[in-house]
Amino acid sequence: MATTLDQVTPGRTCRIESLKGAASLVQRLLELGMMEGEQVTVVNKAPLGDPIEVECALTRLSLRKSEAAQIQVNLPD
Amino acid sequence: MVTRTLTVALAGNPNTGKSTLFNALTGLRQHVGNYPGVTVEKKTGSARVGEMDVHIIDLPGTYSLAPRSPDEMISVDLLLGHVKGEERPDVVVSIVDATNLERHLYLTTQVMELGVPVVVAVNLVDLADKHGLAIDFSQLERKLGVAVVPVQANRGIGLDSLKAAIAKAAESGRVPERVPFPDVFRREVDGLVEALGGEIEPFLAERALLDVGGYTEKQLAERFGSDLPRRVAEARTRLTAAGCPVPAVESKTRYAWIRQAVAGCVRRPNQRVLTWGDRLDKVFTHKVWGTLIFLVLMFLVFEAIFVFAKPLMDLIDSGRSWLAESVRGEMGAGPLRSLLTDGVLKGVGGVLVFLPQIMILFAVIAVLEDCGYMARAAFLMDKLMAKCGLNGKSFIPLLSSVACAVPGIMATRVIENRRDRLATILVAPLMSCSARLPLYMLLIGTFLSEPWWLPGVALFGMYMIGFVTAPLVALVLKRTLLRGETPLFVMEMPAFKVPQLRAVLRRMLSAGWAFVYRAGTLILASMIVIWALLYFPSRMPDGRPYEEATDELRDTAEQMPAGDAKDAKEREANELYGEWKRQSWLGQAGQALEPVFRPLGWDWKIGMSALASFPAREVIVGTLGIVYNQGEVDPKAVLERQDGDAEASDAGSKLGRTIQDEWSNDPRIGKYRVAVALSLLVFFALCCQCASTLAVIRRETRSWLWPAFTFTYMTVLAYVGALVTFQVGRLIIG
Repeated sequence: MATTLDQVTPGRTCRIESLKGAASLVQRLLELGMMEGEQVTVVNKAPLGDPIEVECALTRLSLRKSEAAQIQVNLPD
Repeated sequence: MVTRTLTVALAGNPNTGKSTLFNALTGLRQHVGNYPGVTVEKKTGSARVGEMDVHIIDLPGTYSLAPRSPDEMISVDLLLGHVKGEERPDVVVSIVDATNLERHLYLTTQVMELGVPVVVAVNLVDLADKHGLAIDFSQLERKLGVAVVPVQANRGIGLDSLKAAIAKAAESGRVPERVPFPDVFRREVDGLVEALGGEIEPFLAERALLDVGGYTEKQLAERFGSDLPRRVAEARTRLTAAGCPVPAVESKTRYAWIRQAVAGCVRRPNQRVLTWGDRLDKVFTHKVWGTLIFLVLMFLVFEAIFVFAKPLMDLIDSGRSWLAESVRGEMGAGPLRSLLTDGVLKGVGGVLVFLPQIMILFAVIAVLEDCGYMARAAFLMDKLMAKCGLNGKSFIPLLSSVACAVPGIMATRVIENRRDRLATILVAPLMSCSARLPLYMLLIGTFLSEPWWLPGVALFGMYMIGFVTAPLVALVLKRTLLRGETPLFVMEMPAFKVPQLRAVLRRMLSAGWAFVYRAGTLILASMIVIWALLYFPSRMPDGRPYEEATDELRDTAEQMPAGDAKDAKEREANELYGEWKRQSWLGQAGQALEPVFRPLGWDWKIGMSALASFPAREVIVGTLGIVYNQGEVDPKAVLERQDGDAEASDAGSKLGRTIQDEWSNDPRIGKYRVAVALSLLVFFALCCQCASTLAVIRRETRSWLWPAFTFTYMTVLAYVGALVTFQVGRLIIG
């Protein structure tokens, strides 16, 4: 199922389809290894619902929901 | 034997142990300075490798050499030898994390393109071992084509091999092979270099093409004219058409090459080992437990700077008093003695007194950062802080500012984004610090003590002024002066580690030293200026120095037996002292400025006291004591009124009673005295009466503009706040 990373519930793993948004965001994500085809797991959500913690290629990152919303993913049904 | 000097730069991601390695290599032979025009700290040190002296530069931690700001450009400039006063590095040591080689080698492959020999130091090999990773270092060395040395920086293991590899790399001067980018990309890079007359390194041309909206393009456009952006844009279009869109082509190419290189060298366990760090992370970011732990930790941080620092601060203060008394005993009355005791010693004491809070806060921050908790705290608080245009990392600096803005502002160094950091610095002085407390206690205790619930509510209200104003001002700043694209909050959640005692001590000491060294002189200077303004003119109408006359009266009073005669003599001394200060330059300024203070409900005595406390706000209590003929009252006297210290509380409550009487009998203040007290309280809550804060803002922003701005906006805010308070109060009282 195609969706964006901010919509994925904690504990689930999905595959990155594409990155959108500001050039600086896209480049930073790419540098950290969040590229097309990579697996991402949503680990956790902050108590106030934002940001979220994700794991991709052994790196754990905190992303604001607005940032995660720029990441198109494919969630296995 | 001739000794050669080598220059070596350390490059690596944040949280890689780069600083630990730097410390291990250089020991105490370190120097912290700054680069021209940027806010980045320049950390250099020296070490010996065989017969050679090695000059080591610790570059700021970064995930990539894709500069988006002057601060990030400095690393690239330095590595290319473009920074004046720094030699181009002979060797770059790229430090990588053994537990996550792929991601860390990304920066390494960029460093490999600078045309300088590279040595890869693989740190945290012990941790990789625990994760069940087996790394074949000699094979990795062959695949990467550069020297690879396993190290454990925190235990000093592998340093000798690293030094040997550095020496060997410098001697051979062998430049590593570049990662093979697609031909069409290479052609565009070559084309750009050629179009610019071959005056730039291929690395810069590459960055200009890859970093959309980056700093390299901006800088080159300034140098080579407005034609450049068009040229770059056209090249990017051609690249997209050829199936190599920027910036994706870079990560795709680099990661593909890295994966292929690492493939046969690292053996991973089939199942990922669940470490204690993973389990801790679950707890620390948990909705309930995480929040609870956060609150408890923040309470401890606050207690540490507020409570634990107090005995040390008292010690410094009594040391200063003791020295002042000794000087007073040794020297005859005169401007020089007064300058020493009331100017210099007060100034030095005023600088040193901040040290306990600064060092404690920095120890706490070092522990939180080193163990990896800081990122979790920022994760938990981000949404709240984002509402006022800041980010999660602003929380601890602002919380610390409730104790004292000076360490709070220094703590903003944890915020990477420049605009967010600046906004946090500019609003931190609005948080109600502990130096405001004496005045709060004095006025609330005097005018707002009944009914029983009012003092508590009033004090709470004073703190709320800061808690409400600071976020609002931050929001306004972020929408106006500090406007710009929303900064990224893509933040790595580093693995949990046990912090190193030595690193913590080092951070603590260097923060303390930096404050004394860089801000101390300014604080001292402002104390001396205020001293002079209060000391001169120093002669009575009959030509006799005031100081001599008041001293004589005080000495006489001291020798008299307790009783009415002694009290009368003391009163006489205090009255003369008050007269001296009222006719001083500052007193005259207060009288001249009375029309300015009038709309706030103040008379010139209140105005003069407020003026005298611009370098340090707690001085207000002492100055009020002087102008109301009570002698110089120690601010602590007012606070200790609550603690029941009989002698100290006497001076405090006497000052309160005197102010109450004076204001009640003043024809203009009279029945509006509560409104006047409130207006003075609001003024103090909002005004930046603290030379130390301004000095530290100057130091942290490396500019006079921001301290001047902070001073101006807070003074205006304070004036308007006090004006509204008094005028509304007057209407209510009728």
